Amino acid sequence: MRVTRTVATGRTVHAAEAPSYLDVSGSEIVFILIGVITLGAALLCVTSRNVVRAALWLVVALGGLAGLYLVLTAELVAIVQVLIYVGAVVVLLLFGLMVTKAPIGPQPDLNTANRPVALVVAVAAFGLLVAVLIDAFRFAYLDLTVEGQGGAEAIGGAVFGSWVLPFEVLSVLLLAAVIGAIAITRRDVGSKGRR
Amino acid sequence: MHLLYPLIVSAGLFAIGLYGLLARRNLVLVLMSVELLLAAVSLNLVAFDVWLTDVLRSGQVLTLMVIAIAAAEVGLGLAIVLQLFRQRATSSIDDLDTLTEPR
Repeated sequence: MRVTRTVATGRTVHAAEAPSYLDVSGSEIVFILIGVITLGAALLCVTSRNVVRAALWLVVALGGLAGLYLVLTAELVAIVQVLIYVGAVVVLLLFGLMVTKAPIGPQPDLNTANRPVALVVAVAAFGLLVAVLIDAFRFAYLDLTVEGQGGAEAIGGAVFGSWVLPFEVLSVLLLAAVIGAIAITRRDVGSKGRR
Repeated sequence: MHLLYPLIVSAGLFAIGLYGLLARRNLVLVLMSVELLLAAVSLNLVAFDVWLTDVLRSGQVLTLMVIAIAAAEVGLGLAIVLQLFRQRATSSIDDLDTLTEPR
């Protein structure tokens, strides 16, 4: 954990000298606004009575998350998030709703009987996490003025430099997942008498 | 920016995803909640990466890998849901109880 950091003028400041929470910077305001949109959309996604609307609220939540990445200067991750999550994963989920003949329109029975327990667990997890995080990271301050931290050049160099072996392993994993998905969904595999 | 802002948004996303995972009945909706859980973890990774100004960019690279793994997970999960739907004609968790203890 860094205790000190050097600012652009070469002056070294202690982490405890980070600005107070009462003087809110512009990027913090943007982050809070997008964060509220993201959390609200996520909440509507898990509480909506309409399955297709839940999937569409998931689009808003994941798109908002891409906005949060942009505020955190992780541009490449934000673009990949939009491409893969909003472009592929949600479309796949909508396909899943379609092929399982999920009824369009509001349904009263989308929640199990576990709902009160789930609510208690979620609230307890949130309270515990927030308490621990506030205790541990009260004085941590992000420097968003460092340039080129999350651009395509930096991340591309890292992926194809230090992280090239995990990257290749990941491509094998994706291939295995694709083959597995095909093998699971084909009707004529495993049954007697191939067509 | 204070590190607490991304961390608290991430904790909120995680709690919401946890609620959805435990409370939802439809299998596809459960998969959506898993996506929210993974999104919370990714936000944490990016925030800590920017905070530490890591030379290897490990947080952001790991986020890219989590996104790819999430795509693979959704693909496989939906394949399993589809096959279950073909065999049982349901995608409701309450009806898929052949592995539970007999009551």
